[in-house]
Amino acid sequence: MRTTLDTEWAIAWLQAAADAVAEHRVELSELDRAIGDGDHGENLDRGFSAIAAKLREEAPATPGAAFKLAAMTLMSKVGGAAGPLYGTAFLRAATAVGEATELDPVLLAGALTAARDGVVLRGKAEPGDKTMVDAWTPAVDAAKSAVAAGADVTSVLAAAAAAAEAGATATDPLTARKGRASYLGERSAGHRDPGAASSALILRAAADTA
Amino acid sequence: MKKLINDPKSVVDESVQGFGLAHADLVSVNPDPLFVTRSGAPVPGKVGLLSGGGSGHEPLHAGYVGIGMLDAAVPGAVFTSPTPDQILPATLAVDSGAGVVHIVKNYTGDVLNFEMAAELAEAEGVQVRTVLVNDDVAVEDSLYTAGRRGVGGTVLVEKIAGAAAERGDGLDAVTEIGRRVNANVRTMGVALAACTVPHAGVPSFELADNEVEIGIGIHGEPGRHRIAMENADSITERLLAPVLADLQLQSGEKVLLFVNGMGGTPLSELYIVYRHAAAVLAEAGLVIERSLVGNYITALEMQGCSISVLRLDDELTALWDAPVNTAALRWGI
Repeated sequence: MRTTLDTEWAIAWLQAAADAVAEHRVELSELDRAIGDGDHGENLDRGFSAIAAKLREEAPATPGAAFKLAAMTLMSKVGGAAGPLYGTAFLRAATAVGEATELDPVLLAGALTAARDGVVLRGKAEPGDKTMVDAWTPAVDAAKSAVAAGADVTSVLAAAAAAAEAGATATDPLTARKGRASYLGERSAGHRDPGAASSALILRAAADTA
Repeated sequence: MKKLINDPKSVVDESVQGFGLAHADLVSVNPDPLFVTRSGAPVPGKVGLLSGGGSGHEPLHAGYVGIGMLDAAVPGAVFTSPTPDQILPATLAVDSGAGVVHIVKNYTGDVLNFEMAAELAEAEGVQVRTVLVNDDVAVEDSLYTAGRRGVGGTVLVEKIAGAAAERGDGLDAVTEIGRRVNANVRTMGVALAACTVPHAGVPSFELADNEVEIGIGIHGEPGRHRIAMENADSITERLLAPVLADLQLQSGEKVLLFVNGMGGTPLSELYIVYRHAAAVLAEAGLVIERSLVGNYITALEMQGCSISVLRLDDELTALWDAPVNTAALRWGI
C-alpha cells in the first residue's frame, strides 16, 4: 500500500501519458474527424511529445513543477481548444499541490478537483455537454469517494481512471452543446467525444504509474 | 490533389516568409514565435489592433496589417488557432501604452487561446479588450451550440475598427466601434466544392457534382443543409434571405454589400452574385452605400462565396472610407 506519490511518479505519469497519446493518435483523430475537425490526436501528440522531450532534458524538483512544465508546454504547442483546456487543468493541479514533494490521497484528490474546475472554468461546459468534462467529473467524484472510504493513492487513481473511462463511453449517445461538434447538433450523437476519450487515456496513465 | 507547396509541415512558415518579403514596406515578420506586425509598431499613442486565427483564410489576417487596419496578425497552423505564446508577444509588440484590442472569430479554440493570452498580457500591465466576431447566420445562436461563427464580417470589423484606432480613438471607443460593426453585420456562405488541408491530403468533405452546401463555414465544416445545384440568382436569394431576416433592415436603410470569394471561385462569378444581390436589396428598398467584391476571407481553394450585409451609419461609412494601406486593402493613400 502506497501512502504517497512523489516527483518520480509525476514524471513517470507524464511520460506514460505521452506514450498513450502517441499510441492512440490516429484513433483520437478519427473520433475528431467524425464530429470535429480531425486533428485532436495530432495536436495532443505534438504537445505530449514536447513534454516528454523536456522531461528528458531536465527533471522537475516537485510534482507541482512537473505539472507546471506540462501546462506551459501544452498551452504553447497544442493550439485549438485542447491546448488551453489541458494547459489550464495541469496549471490548476500545479497550484493545488504547491511545493509539496509527496502527495497523499487528500492532496491528490484536491489536485484532480482543481484540474477539473479549471477545465470547467475555461471551457464553460457542464456535465452532459459531450466534452472532456464528462470524463473529468465522474473521475473527480470517484476519487473523492475513494478518499472518504480511506483508500490509498493507488486506489484513488484507479477509481478515477475507471470512472473517466466509463464517463467517456457514456458520451457516445449525447448531443454536443459545446465546441465545434455542437454545429452538428443531433448529428453529433452516436460518436464518442474525442476530448473525453483522451482525458480517460491520460488518467489511466496516472493510475498505471502509481 | 496537387498543391504548390514544398512540405505540408512548412506551408504556413514559408507562406508568411514570402508575404514578409513581398510587403517589406508594410510589415515585419517575427519568425519564432510566428507573428506579423505593422512596420514601425507600436505607433506612439495609438491603440493597437491585433487579430489572428488559423491559416488558410488568406489574405485574412496578415494581409490587413498596415496603416488604417491591423497592427499585428498572428497565424496559427492551417485551420487551427494560434497559441498564447504567439499572441502574447505580438500583443506586447504593438502596445504603445494605449492598450490593445484583440479581434477574435468565435470558434472555441480561438476564444480560449486569445482569452489566455489576454490574461497573460494583463498580468504584464497591458490593457486588452476583445471584440468577438460572430456574424454567421448559418449557425443557430443558442445555449446548445458554441454560438455563431466569425466569417466575412471579420474583414469589415478589422477595417472599420482599424480606422477608428488610426484617427486616435481610445481603447474603449475602438472596442465599441468593433462591436457595433459586429452587431450590424450578418453573413451566409455556400460551397460548391470542398477544400483540401495540406497535411490532411484529402478533401474535408464530399459534394457530388450536382450538390451545393448552403451555410458553409470557412473551414469546410457543415452548413445548414445540402441542396441540388441551382443557378447563381437562386443561390444568391437563398444566402440573402436569412441575412436580411436576421438584420431586420427597414426600407431606406443604408448598407454595405460584401460578396466574398472562398478562394476557388473566379471573380467573374462573384460579380454575377453581386449583380443579383444588389437587385434584391434594391427591391427591399435598401440603399447600397458601399460595396466590396473579391477573395478577402477564404477557405484555401474552396469553391463558393459568402454574402455579408452591414447596416451603415454615417460614422461607420466615414471610417470605411478612411485611408488604408495594407497588402490586401488599399485606398485613399
